[in-house]
Amino acid sequence: MTGALDIILSILLVVGGLFALTGSYGLIRLKDRMQRLHAPTKASTVGLGTALLVSMFHGLMIGTGFSWQEVLVMIFIFVTAPITANYLSKVHLHSRHYDGQTPQTGVSRDWATFDQAPEDAEPQLPSRDS
Amino acid sequence: MITYALGFALVCFGLGLILNLWRLAIGPTVADRVLALDTMVINVIGIIVLYGIQTGLGINFEAAMLFAMTGFVGTVAFCKYLLRGSVIE
Repeated sequence: MTGALDIILSILLVVGGLFALTGSYGLIRLKDRMQRLHAPTKASTVGLGTALLVSMFHGLMIGTGFSWQEVLVMIFIFVTAPITANYLSKVHLHSRHYDGQTPQTGVSRDWATFDQAPEDAEPQLPSRDS
Repeated sequence: MITYALGFALVCFGLGLILNLWRLAIGPTVADRVLALDTMVINVIGIIVLYGIQTGLGINFEAAMLFAMTGFVGTVAFCKYLLRGSVIE
């Protein structure tokens, strides 16, 4: 049991390390600034995910038992990584480097991040009188 | 066997940290530098977790959690500043 777990965790660690290195190498290698957003997401999902998985299961090997704390870090990372990527792509789009290169939306309105919503003079609050 | 795998993964994360530092230095725009900083935070969390496995102590979890939180808030604050000119409107 322990030997099999040892081998599985070692394979997971090697795969995660390779993914982390690939993500950081892609950050150097890729040319376009939107493309560079793509590489580090692999490092943050697979690379860090396998490291946290191994940390969870490592307690079974050394006898301290399964540890649930790493699930919190994993959930936090997996939830926040798309948010940061979305914000960074918005920064790229608003830097006017991609003007004229964004594909058509197919409807009459522009992309949501460029579109100016019609402003209400006063927000309509639901009345409590009735 | 997991000792060697841990060493390999630590080396990989450390090399990634150096590559991120390179992008942080040469990055043509500010957003590239913010992205490099975000990836550096990810790699540092990985190194902390792997170090926690190596020592066998369960006390590195709080450090990893704190790094994740401050890294996320820092990146979002940077992006918000670049987008709107202020962090809190």
